[in-house]
Amino acid sequence: MDAALRTEELTKDYAIGFWRKRPYRALDRLTISVPAGEVFGFLGPNGAGKTTTLKLLMQLVFPTGGRAEILGRPAGDLGVKRRIGYLPEHPYFYDYLTAEELLRYFGSLFGFSSADARQRASRLLDEVGIGGERRMQLRKFSKGMLQRVGIAQALLNEPELVIFDEPMSGLDPLGRRDVRSLILRLRDRGCTVFFSSHVLSDAEALCNEVAILARGRLVATGRLADMLAFRARGWEMVIAGATDAFVASVAPRCRRAVRIGDGRYLLELPLEPPPERLLAEVTASGAHLVALNPIRETLEDFFVEQVASVSDADVGRAVVR
Amino acid sequence: MKATAAIAVNVFRESVRDKVLYNLVLFAILMIGASYAIGQLTAGQDVKIIKDLGLAATSLFGLFIAVFIGIGLVSKEVERRSVYSLLAKPVERWQLVVGKYAGLVLTLVVNIGVMAVALYLVLAYLRWGVGPQIEKAWDAPALDPALLKAIYLIFVELALVTAIAVLFSTFTTPILAAAFTFGLTIVGQYSTDLRNFQDVLDSSVAQGVARGMYWLLPNLGQFDVKSQVVHGQPIAARYLAGASGYAALYIAFLLVVSSVVFSRRDFK
Repeated sequence: MDAALRTEELTKDYAIGFWRKRPYRALDRLTISVPAGEVFGFLGPNGAGKTTTLKLLMQLVFPTGGRAEILGRPAGDLGVKRRIGYLPEHPYFYDYLTAEELLRYFGSLFGFSSADARQRASRLLDEVGIGGERRMQLRKFSKGMLQRVGIAQALLNEPELVIFDEPMSGLDPLGRRDVRSLILRLRDRGCTVFFSSHVLSDAEALCNEVAILARGRLVATGRLADMLAFRARGWEMVIAGATDAFVASVAPRCRRAVRIGDGRYLLELPLEPPPERLLAEVTASGAHLVALNPIRETLEDFFVEQVASVSDADVGRAVVR
Repeated sequence: MKATAAIAVNVFRESVRDKVLYNLVLFAILMIGASYAIGQLTAGQDVKIIKDLGLAATSLFGLFIAVFIGIGLVSKEVERRSVYSLLAKPVERWQLVVGKYAGLVLTLVVNIGVMAVALYLVLAYLRWGVGPQIEKAWDAPALDPALLKAIYLIFVELALVTAIAVLFSTFTTPILAAAFTFGLTIVGQYSTDLRNFQDVLDSSVAQGVARGMYWLLPNLGQFDVKSQVVHGQPIAARYLAGASGYAALYIAFLLVVSSVVFSRRDFK
């Protein structure tokens, strides 16, 4: 599958300090590839370098090294900007404009006719759930409403690729649900969605692939399904019609045995040996199987593990000497 | 071009919705109106006083508008991060600089126009109240069209000052940009003195520095023809063309430098 977005050894150093400036590496040789038509999560804790990466892609900052390509063209190319949408983190817009005026203004930057821009603005504001407030000045908007306007302005040109920086930020649970379904709708239309987040449940709910960044470095990337499936750490078996004596006899082989209700038990088994043998014993005892599921490592566990793996020594190297 | 025009129109819209601008224009109009009362205190000099004060108010308040709005034009975009969404659209950075500049110049045209109308209204009222004998004694008629030449040069000067403000706005904070712009505007009023200064210096190095400064700094003194116009002295069309050409070149130079500086900036 073609990549909608690709970075190669992308690096950014900032100068820090007041009198004696010294370089600080905010992003260290990032190489990722985002397949076209998929939802790609760019994850990492605060300060990991996610926003720096997105700014590099939008050429709001310039790389110290490496390169970035969007839709087959160098990042920052004017032709590419016509085909992509971008939502910055904590977006701020001209507060003297109304939501409708802002979208029409941005529409004029794409060269849309006044009627076309008005029609697009109206449709998108409906889509993100801005109703009667569209004729209100943006200074009166809440953070969540601004976020919705930010998403609408990123979709004005029906982009092939959208880059969202923390799209769920500032949204209430209802708003988060709306944005999640919007992202999935975009994917269904064939739009590639590249979004940064530190909220892992968003990635689990939306992404096919993720990249995890910690302290400016890529610590993991790949298909979420692969990352999680290969890291099954045991089995969860629910049985019914079992006697207390039977459960007591198998308990030493379980990590945990919990009585759920009358004759129903939850048995947590280690990954090895495989659960088939115990299953045969369950059946032989007269009990029956209700459910058997692998216990997977959650993205959260994986994330914490990966982020923790970037040691303090690595952080030392992140500061360019 | 379309994007640049759209940015300019948006700056104009921002100015129109800015209460500070209305206050400045209102204050300027009040000052022009007050010049009528001050003129009444003098014997036979009322028309000169009104023209003098009216042109001075137009120039001063125009300067406030140019500097106070100009210094925030680009830096506010960066500080508030609205530039992020803007530059994600198919807009080059130089288009943002030029569009912002053009928008403020458009604002200045409208505001100076309003102040000019206010000045002519006060002068028309004065003329209405005096007889033809008194009018003949004036250096220049009350509704002298030559006033427009002075107003035009005020506008040209302010267009240049705006370009200076935009330049500083591309790389520093509004407060520093205001200080630098006012400083350069004041020095620019006296840049002709730098040329004379080199004649009285012995050191060739100092002469070179004075000469360099003269050529580098904007010569804003040439745009001030208020006194000549008030006293009915003619202003040649060639002079206007020369001053306009100088301003156009200087503005173009400043906008190119601003665009280059802004194009290289990282928005951290």
